[in-house]
Amino acid sequence: MKQVSYHADEQGFYGEFGGAFIPEMLYPNTEELRKSYLEITSRPEFQKEFKALLKDYVGRPTPLFYASRLSEKYQTKIYLKREDLCHTGAHKVNNTIGQILLAKALGKKRIIAETGAGQHGVATATVCALMGIECVVYMGALDIKRQAPNVARMKLLGATVRAAESGSKTLKDATNEAIRDWINNPVDTHYIIGSVVGPHPYPDMVARFQSVISEEIGSQLMEKEGRELPDYVIACVGGGSNAAGIYYHYLDRPEVKLVAVEAAGKGVDSGHSAATSALGKVGIIHGSKTLLMQTGDGQITEPYSISAGLDYPGVGPMHAHLFTSKRAQFISITDEKAMEAGRELAALEGIIPAIETSHAFAVFETLKCKKEDVVVVNLSGRGDKDLQTYIDYFEL
Amino acid sequence: MMRIQKTLKNKEALLSIYATAGYPQLNDTVEVLKQLQASGVDMIEIGLPFSDPLADGPTIQESSTTALENGMSTEVLFKQLEGIREHIHIPLIIMGYFNPVLQYGVEAFCQKCQAIGIDGIILPDLPLEIYQREYQDIFERYGLSMIFLITPQTSDERIRAIEAASSSFIYMVSSASTTGKVNGFSDENRAYFKRIADMHLKVPTVVGFGIADAETFQQATAFSKGAIIGSAFIRHLKQHGVEQIASFIHSLKPSHV
Repeated sequence: MKQVSYHADEQGFYGEFGGAFIPEMLYPNTEELRKSYLEITSRPEFQKEFKALLKDYVGRPTPLFYASRLSEKYQTKIYLKREDLCHTGAHKVNNTIGQILLAKALGKKRIIAETGAGQHGVATATVCALMGIECVVYMGALDIKRQAPNVARMKLLGATVRAAESGSKTLKDATNEAIRDWINNPVDTHYIIGSVVGPHPYPDMVARFQSVISEEIGSQLMEKEGRELPDYVIACVGGGSNAAGIYYHYLDRPEVKLVAVEAAGKGVDSGHSAATSALGKVGIIHGSKTLLMQTGDGQITEPYSISAGLDYPGVGPMHAHLFTSKRAQFISITDEKAMEAGRELAALEGIIPAIETSHAFAVFETLKCKKEDVVVVNLSGRGDKDLQTYIDYFEL
Repeated sequence: MMRIQKTLKNKEALLSIYATAGYPQLNDTVEVLKQLQASGVDMIEIGLPFSDPLADGPTIQESSTTALENGMSTEVLFKQLEGIREHIHIPLIIMGYFNPVLQYGVEAFCQKCQAIGIDGIILPDLPLEIYQREYQDIFERYGLSMIFLITPQTSDERIRAIEAASSSFIYMVSSASTTGKVNGFSDENRAYFKRIADMHLKVPTVVGFGIADAETFQQATAFSKGAIIGSAFIRHLKQHGVEQIASFIHSLKPSHV
């Protein structure tokens, strides 16, 4: 009997999800990537350069830190995978390093990217500066106003930031604009997608670049606990790239429980939420068949979360499959619970997390882990960028 | 579905117009169709608006956003088009994106299209392979011709595969672009038109994207069976309203006066 795989098949399907639902104008672009990404990324010289940059430029391996006071409070063993210590402040750069090297190998002269809160835009502008390649970042006009520091960072790094004025003027529209740019510049441009979303091969490609996160955990956990596998792996999910990275080496190991934490916003049923697994239906967004938030008529709706990085109306196809197959447990956390969990982590461990990441720290009461359980939480980003939100929320 | 084939057979330099349903006002849809037919248009693509139209430029996206704000939906469009064949005898094609069709239910959608008298469907983000594997039987059962796009980057081999799956015409995208983007055709465009003409495909091609006036219309139809105008028409409609449709059409194709 064929075992269920939680990885993408050759056509980029995870169960019924994924694939490449793209207009013909994009076919040559994605086809070029589809045919070459596995071959190029497995070349020894690619791997050598990728690993060297992750080590010397990003600062990998990131530590696996035993959070003793948090563990004491929740009566279980909690480890933090410190992706917040990566250069640029989040896991996002693992993927942009991989994709810029791929773009170079393909002879591309120009990079485009979409960004919501600006984290992926900054990570892309960073690697473009490093490689001396032209960079254009699309960002929703509304987000440009809300995320001024990251806009300034991208500009300092030499990128051009273009406002997406269409639709709801947020992440999904920035993604549409980036895809349109790619349609109009099919030959010289590579599109660096920031999450495990979009048409095949993006979800699989981005997951592979992020898989360095779970790859490192094995030996780190062996050293600390004398075992390679944790009992629980917890990550927040917007599009799902940090979750894909920390789940990757455990996908086909059912003894490791995977926990995906979505943003419930003001409450799953409040009408102001980004809990795609709870509210989404099967549909097509940005070239991928997945779960997405939409009207009965199939129009894509605008999600809400206090964290800009989680308010994507869809979820990567890998995660849609993990949800429907029940391989992962999905929990949604409100703005309020997430903010409290962020504050708690700061107070107990001296680490201020990104608000996206804070959601992942609000699930311990729900999970009821045992005292001897080994729990790894992906501390996917640091909270510097969210200081103003913390200030406003807690009236600091 | 024979309506499209007959029109293609009997006409030269066929003019097809794309009109967003529910634009400029929700209930303008049928009046726009009537005016287009009366001014001598040969075929119409009715745009089913979508919130995230990837293949379209700003003009059509804006018209889609307006139409959705006006209250347009798949359900409303089907209601508006009930009995349309009492007035409109030229081929009607629905052009939209796959997600709204998926939510309506592919079979229910096809059934409704057949009942109304729709001849063809264009869904740019439903790729050939998935269409053939999962949906071709359904569309054919309801007599709907699926129309596929090709671009200057589409390989000959893939064009042959698209040809084999096409029953009416192939939508030839003039250049690597979203809708409404180019102004005038270059030698490169013309070389592409000629390359495709020289393939002697068993179904005719109709050119779309970048056709805005009599000159580009004439250039496009020199190598193909017809041409589709979308963004330029929407811009005219926005500026001059439904009453002035005929003047726009006549400016494109004086022979239709």
